Amino acid sequence: MQSKADSGEATATWTLGDREWSSRLIVGTGGFRSMEQMERSLEASGAEIVTVALRRVDPLAQGSITDVIDRLGLFTLPNTAGCFTARDAVKTAKLAREAFGTEWVKLEVIGDDRTLLPDATELLMAAETLVADGFTVLPYTNDDPILARRLEEAGCAAVMPLGSPIGSGAGIRNPYNVRIIVEQSSVPVILDAGIGTASDAAMAMELGCDAVLLASAVSRAADPELMAGAMRSAVVAGYAARSAGRIPKRTHALASTPDEGLPEL
Amino acid sequence: MRIILNGEAKEVGDEASVADAVILSGAPDIERGVAVAVEGEVVPRGEWEGRALSEGEAIEVVHAVQGG
Repeated sequence: MQSKADSGEATATWTLGDREWSSRLIVGTGGFRSMEQMERSLEASGAEIVTVALRRVDPLAQGSITDVIDRLGLFTLPNTAGCFTARDAVKTAKLAREAFGTEWVKLEVIGDDRTLLPDATELLMAAETLVADGFTVLPYTNDDPILARRLEEAGCAAVMPLGSPIGSGAGIRNPYNVRIIVEQSSVPVILDAGIGTASDAAMAMELGCDAVLLASAVSRAADPELMAGAMRSAVVAGYAARSAGRIPKRTHALASTPDEGLPEL
Repeated sequence: MRIILNGEAKEVGDEASVADAVILSGAPDIERGVAVAVEGEVVPRGEWEGRALSEGEAIEVVHAVQGG
């Protein structure tokens, strides 16, 4: 029998920006050892949206990421990685709009190199500026419900709280905050950063997130292609479990076998 | 004249335009996925030919790379 999860009932499409998506997994393209490995992994992930960065042209670069993305028919989401100020992030977003012909941007404004944690005030300023300029802004943010609310009020198309620092693989360190963000948000919530393995991605979906964005967990895994498939399954399973309604946690046991009819021996 | 192209000093002709700088940058594919800023301001593709460069201007030519 085909399960509901497989039939698609539990993976209902979702809306981000003005578009419908089937996959709830967004994959960053950073960290792969080769273009070939990246292409195989992106395919295995089932992702429809992938992030890219903008950097100075390197005449010696091998292979074109744009070719890979076109070949797979994926949607390019440029990021503002490496920006420390609202000013730089806004300029980078405008360059990305020109390069890719998209008004979508994954907005990253970080506070320092060691933690790569978002700089809340610069992030909010950049978001306000870009929304006013017509961008579809997807902000990478702290797991702070108040900041998430401010970003939503600023007109962001989603909020993307971190689970833990970028590339740390430390999972979701404050699931309580993520749950509060999910409860209060009327835009999609995308768990972005910190995913280490499949159970982290499933947990994000069980907490009620609409999607998961990850990069290193796949690209730096020993077998990225295999991990990409694992993440794909994890997001589907987590969403299905959330939709199915889990049993409450109890302190004591609750037998599933009836006592009635127990023979006296 | 001298310009700063992607952080490096380069000599170009006095009539050089943004389009010339893009070619000089060595971008493997200039037809798509490339954007240019001169002195921090984006120059749309349609204006590359017409935008003349001036002595000492800083030009950034960027394209997509792998990134999270």
